[in-house]
Amino acid sequence: MLKGLLETLRSMTEKPVTIQYPEVKRPVRARFRGRHILRRYENGLERCIGCALCAAACPSDAIFVEAAENTDDERYSPGERYARVYEINMLRCIFCGFCEDACPTEAIVLTDNYELTFTDRHHSIYTKEMLLEPVPEGGKPTPQKVEPGVYTRAIPIMQDPTD
Amino acid sequence: MGKMVTLTIDGQVISVPQGMLIVDAAKKAGIDIPVFCYHPKMEPVGMCRMCLVEVGRPVIDRTTGQPILEADGTPKIQFGPKLETACTTPVSEGMVVRTQTQVVAEARRGIIEFLLTSHPLDCPICDKGGECPLQNLTMAYGPGESRFQYEDKMHLAKHVPLGELIYLDRERCILCGRCVRFQSNVADDPVIAFSQRGRALQIVTFSEPGFDSYFSGNTTDICPVGALTTADFRFGARPWEMIPTASICPHCPVGCNLTLNVRREAAAGGREVIKRVMPRQNEWVNEIWICDKGRFGYHYTESPERLRQPLVRKNGRLEPATWEEALAFAAEGLRERSGVVALAGGRLSNEDFFNLYQVVTARQGRAVLYSTMAGGDYVQRYGLSGDANLAGLGKGDAVLVVATDLHEEAPLWWLRVKQAAERGATLIVANARPTKLERYAAHVIRYAYSEVLEKVQSLLAGESPEAQALAKATNLVIFFGQEGLSLEASEALATMLARLLVQNGQAERPLSGLVAVWPHANTQGGWEIGFRPDPDLAHTLATAGAVWVAAADPAGDDPILAQALEKAGFVIVQDLFLTETARRADVVFPVQAFTEREGTWTSGERRVQRFYPAVPELENTRPDFMIVAQVADHLGIPLVGRSASRVFDELARALPAFAGLSYTRLAEVVEQWPLVGRGDLYYGGTVYENTQGLGVRLARMSAGAELSEWPAVEIAPAPADDALYLVPVVRLYDQGQTLVPSHLLQQRMARAALYLAPATAAQLGVQTGERVEVSAGEWAETLTVYVDANVPVKAGLVPRSTGVPLRQPLWVRAQRAVLEPQP
Ligand code: SF4
Ligand code: SF4
Ligand code: SF4
Ligand code: SF4
Ligand code: FES
Repeated sequence: MLKGLLETLRSMTEKPVTIQYPEVKRPVRARFRGRHILRRYENGLERCIGCALCAAACPSDAIFVEAAENTDDERYSPGERYARVYEINMLRCIFCGFCEDACPTEAIVLTDNYELTFTDRHHSIYTKEMLLEPVPEGGKPTPQKVEPGVYTRAIPIMQDPTD
Repeated sequence: MGKMVTLTIDGQVISVPQGMLIVDAAKKAGIDIPVFCYHPKMEPVGMCRMCLVEVGRPVIDRTTGQPILEADGTPKIQFGPKLETACTTPVSEGMVVRTQTQVVAEARRGIIEFLLTSHPLDCPICDKGGECPLQNLTMAYGPGESRFQYEDKMHLAKHVPLGELIYLDRERCILCGRCVRFQSNVADDPVIAFSQRGRALQIVTFSEPGFDSYFSGNTTDICPVGALTTADFRFGARPWEMIPTASICPHCPVGCNLTLNVRREAAAGGREVIKRVMPRQNEWVNEIWICDKGRFGYHYTESPERLRQPLVRKNGRLEPATWEEALAFAAEGLRERSGVVALAGGRLSNEDFFNLYQVVTARQGRAVLYSTMAGGDYVQRYGLSGDANLAGLGKGDAVLVVATDLHEEAPLWWLRVKQAAERGATLIVANARPTKLERYAAHVIRYAYSEVLEKVQSLLAGESPEAQALAKATNLVIFFGQEGLSLEASEALATMLARLLVQNGQAERPLSGLVAVWPHANTQGGWEIGFRPDPDLAHTLATAGAVWVAAADPAGDDPILAQALEKAGFVIVQDLFLTETARRADVVFPVQAFTEREGTWTSGERRVQRFYPAVPELENTRPDFMIVAQVADHLGIPLVGRSASRVFDELARALPAFAGLSYTRLAEVVEQWPLVGRGDLYYGGTVYENTQGLGVRLARMSAGAELSEWPAVEIAPAPADDALYLVPVVRLYDQGQTLVPSHLLQQRMARAALYLAPATAAQLGVQTGERVEVSAGEWAETLTVYVDANVPVKAGLVPRSTGVPLRQPLWVRAQRAVLEPQP
């Protein structure tokens, strides 16, 4: 009994491990996988080309993509194709990151944001508007009206395919 | 089958018919030799070199002519110094083929590496990605990485519309030439070709409108890369995301086998929708091809105009009603009246026809087929029989095509008749005007529209070369249509043609017979079940106690019928749309489209084929046979109405021609050649393997009594010297309700117009673009003139289903319309 009391006394003098979430947030590990975002290029165009490879790679069938065709008057992404609909069901997602691996344009990436709460199942479906990152400074929101003939290639030319 | 040849491929000894190519022989043995340019439905060209293999042949002693043997007694085999293309080399006795050696693997790797030097590798956005032979073969045999500089790649136009239906991506094209060869050799519409040379070689189209061919969609199936894709499916979905369902084309009596690809769509509120229509292999019907009407003409099933609620006439207006109300109301209307006439169109399934027939006969009514063409009973008795396949026609056989333009009315039959002619069958085409089929005809019989029956009669008696060619033929297949014929005349025509078969002694042969080129997919089914066209439809309708219309729009087609319908006591309409007929109805039932329900159709060749539900039904709609059964139920007539297969069982019990058939039997398949749809994809392209049924041909009905004399039909002579014979002709893309919602085809749809011969136009003093008023009694129309040298003199052609109320040919007075001065 004495031993137990001693233990109590000792822990009373120790620094508390409790973190006052949400005022204080614990940093996550470098490779932590949280909520996804859909990235943009500097000019504001969306990286996602609606190829649905992320959806194909997803082991829990959490992603739904529907593609459509860009025009120069209404351009969402470089090239011919963009995602008209892009949805991730966060209740299904297991945060494996396969979608990120599959993406040919590095559009879908998992961030370190783990704050996913919803009060209704339907709210677990994150739409493209929710997932798209804000337009970077100097960029324009999509859809953009662009000069014809500029964005002919969907996937940016990589000088060295290994990098 | 000819001589067999035995050879060894990768140690496997196989026997195949002489003349077979090594690729095919290997495929038969289950060995895949990769190909790009070869296609089993076309002549090989050996352009891509993907199929290189090692070929060895036995060494023959020149003095003895015997193979030289090795010490162990096996024949000595000499391999050539170079690899050979398996797609151009026919097999020979004792040949040894190696497909798995180091040399072969290196050759394949080299070819793929070269092909990829200029390939954009945009698989992620390519519609072929996921079912692409180039992807597959690269994965299987490619080098994995390239030694070429990316900057060296050719950059070509990626978005080239070849017309509004097909897109070309020049960068993706590997120049295999399949599309060009298909268009010139198979479809015989050489509207695309190679232009330039070397690395600048590319596909171009030079027709107006671009890629002007009824078969253009097939090139997207056989293109081994994503260079050719359809505008309809563009970026619609990835191939692996879609669910395939077997179906049948609803547009013409050929009955091409289709696969409907279905996926959920956010734009459609999360409903499952059809993303694309693909061919399904049936070597007896459409082989691996379909026409563009079948491929792009499915949009009517998802039209927002579809009826979604039963309507009942209350106080003179059609008001929405519940199903219970509407059914009770319909039954009430029928119960009170005698003399019910069922008027059914060829879009109904066999099950629908059968149930409708049961009810009207139980009520002592009449079952009328909405058609202006007769002869279905002759097709029952003198049609093709058993396993007969048009592909079996060749040397010594004959095909007679009368009063129809197959290219416009039934494109796949056109294709198969053309191929029969190319295999050596004697083709005789009889029509009042030149049609595209005549290019392959050995004899052309030209007549004035009014003389058609005499011409055919002269075939029966005559000594003409045509008559002799027909008499000589081992097998004789006769396609007949209704161009320029009234209902009575088409009856007489069918009788004469049946007589021709009997007289020539061909009537008993399985691969001989009559094929009716009906305007709808299941008109023949209507005949089988007992529906018959009515020569005096207007009178029948006007005097009917009640009219029950299904899948027909008489009021929309003809104002006279519309008036007649007004006089009918009570009108029930089952349709997809609120047609002119439906507007005049007392009860309207919304029905399900063929994509939403089960059923069977009987093709013009009397093949009964099943279609399956692909998408969930539009809420509040029901299939025709069920509606009929439910109305019957209110009348106390017990009918099967819950499932199509049970109705079909009843039908099979009741009709001798269907004896022994069931849905299970119709779903049977056998292995077909070429093998398509396997993992390799490179044989038939992206055609679907048939796993859900090839259909069954109905048994030929016994000929019964001696063929009656045909009715002495007089085609009414010209009432006046300057009278014009107005003839409705079929155009593949018409303005029918089942095609108009396919907006993609809008530009190519026929418009209401009057086609005149130059001489006739000169007589009337009109030119293309001017207007002519045609009239006969009360009937009058003003039409825009097109001068066309192919039109016979004294005749005026009007495309069917374009809004001109002309169901049958008609003598009219024509005069130049005086233009109203513009206000
Ligand atoms: S992280 Fe994994 S489970 Fe979640 S959406 Fe991506 S692929 Fe699917
Ligand atoms: S996020 Fe990437 S993988 Fe997914 S559809 Fe967009 S581009 Fe394709
Ligand atoms: S478009 Fe397709 S089918 Fe035609 S040559 Fe190019 S790769 Fe071959
Ligand atoms: S040929 Fe006839 S059945 Fe075949 S796809 Fe064309 S319209 Fe349909
Ligand atoms: S050369 Fe044989 S398949 Fe192309």
